[in-house]
Amino acid sequence: MRIAIIDTSTTRAAIISDGLREAGLDDLVLIDPAGALIAQIEAAKPEVILVNLENPSRDLLEDFFAMSRALARPIAMFVDQSDAEATGAAIDAGVSAYVVDGLSKQRIKPVIDLAVRRFEAFSRLQRELDEAKNALTERATIDRAKAILMKRRAIDEPAAYALLRKQAMSTNRRIAEIAEAIVTSDALLGDME
Amino acid sequence: MSAETFRVGFLPLVDAALPILAHELGFAAREGIQIELVRDMTWATVRDRLLYGHTDAAHMIAPLAIATALGRDRPAVPMAVPFVLGLNGNAVTFSTQLAREVGLGDTLGDPAMIGAALQRVAAARKIAGKPLRFGVVHRYSSHNYMLRYWLAGVGIRPDTHIDIVVTSPPFAADALAAGEVDGICVGEPWNSIAVERGVGHIALATAQIWRRGVEKVLALREAVIDERRDAVEALLRALHAAAAHFVAPDTAEESADILARPEYLDASRDAILRAITDRIRLTPGGEPIHYPDFMFQHREAANFPWRSQAAWLYSQMLRWDGGAYSAADAATATAVFRPDIYRAALAGSGAPLPGASSKLEGGIGEPIGAGSVQGRLLLGSDRFFDGRAFDPDDIQGYLADLP
Repeated sequence: MRIAIIDTSTTRAAIISDGLREAGLDDLVLIDPAGALIAQIEAAKPEVILVNLENPSRDLLEDFFAMSRALARPIAMFVDQSDAEATGAAIDAGVSAYVVDGLSKQRIKPVIDLAVRRFEAFSRLQRELDEAKNALTERATIDRAKAILMKRRAIDEPAAYALLRKQAMSTNRRIAEIAEAIVTSDALLGDME
Repeated sequence: MSAETFRVGFLPLVDAALPILAHELGFAAREGIQIELVRDMTWATVRDRLLYGHTDAAHMIAPLAIATALGRDRPAVPMAVPFVLGLNGNAVTFSTQLAREVGLGDTLGDPAMIGAALQRVAAARKIAGKPLRFGVVHRYSSHNYMLRYWLAGVGIRPDTHIDIVVTSPPFAADALAAGEVDGICVGEPWNSIAVERGVGHIALATAQIWRRGVEKVLALREAVIDERRDAVEALLRALHAAAAHFVAPDTAEESADILARPEYLDASRDAILRAITDRIRLTPGGEPIHYPDFMFQHREAANFPWRSQAAWLYSQMLRWDGGAYSAADAATATAVFRPDIYRAALAGSGAPLPGASSKLEGGIGEPIGAGSVQGRLLLGSDRFFDGRAFDPDDIQGYLADLP
């Protein structure tokens, strides 16, 4: 069963194809999102096509699937109501899938389930990465705010941090927010004295 | 009582204005509901989010709502369209090279004459083995049906003399620039963006092909209507108030400011303002010309979902997809449009409510009064460019007579 993966994120495409390969599904074609999509799909002749839900080429792809004579007309996955839940899970995860007519559901289901899990794992990774990035930026802002306080109030670092912390607690805000305000006001008003 | 929330999917287009303004200007809040807008880049994603409950309603190309109810290319899902978000507002734009070959002028020309010139170019290109290729936004779009209606009407057989492919609006100007297509039929501001980039020349407004062509609709799953009927009616009143505001004089600047924002269209405010005020710049660097009713969002009960509009779309689906006429499919398609809900929502509001649910499309030349159960209803010309009229009760006869 040949599976094509069309994803605007090449990292996610790699994560999905690794997962499929580990599960023994190794007839895979990774479509280059920067290349001519239709020509690549026509050449690959896949039976299952996984596309990220927000792929900007989906209208074009669906038109190609509907018109295609080269492929055995792939249609949106899971054609009856009993599968609404599985399809919903896929949409929630951000996967849309097309399968050629006649492929048995038992053969497709594991592919979709795996793709869903991999999409979810990718989203989780991305969230963690974003959080880590935010934490780094916040730490840098707090360091700058401390330096500003140390210089202008002629205090040491523990005292500067204590000041930030006290202000945060009394105004019910996060230390990073107070630090941000100090850095901003210093940039705007720092040279007024 | 907490406000009922409707998540509404949309594509970044000027005619997504009504749900956006209903949210931004408080028309929704006044009806005790809340609108959350969900922006996407393809109709496929807008449809999937609607079908699987990520959204409760969607700004949608009318034929796609009908294709979904009929189960074209996928399992059928019962759909309901209780409100039309606008008529027309699209244009046909040629690449600058094709514009030269066809000899487009500086004004909007006559569709039949431009068609005759285009037919000569199309025939030559076909013989040369490089047939003309036009892009439309979706296979189930009014753009596709309007463009095909015009081409067939001037003797250019789509899929035989000319290729028609799908090009998503945000990429339409790129496709013109790269020579992938020779023309596009898309909504605003994407024609204007092609003109501003110097890669396109607007040939026709789709309003010249069909003066009152149905365009975007508010689509919901039928089940949502049944479960949340009162709230749906409140949503329709909010959209109706937004529409009245949108077409009022002196509101265009504010509407353009809101629509241009990054979270909505994220596009040129000036191009949006020109579309709203029916002023269209046809050529790069040219002066915008005024074409009244380029977009038509409210007057003449434009938001009323006429069943005959759905029937016309079904006739075009048959015409271009092939397949035999089916009375059952015709009934399913026309029943997607729900004038009953529109009337119930606006009863007692003073809005004109047509008495009939269906009409002869393309039958009106001069403005005439029409039967209404509430308010005074005047309908303007709704002509097709070739003068044909569509009788929703005789789809087969209509199709047999078309070129």
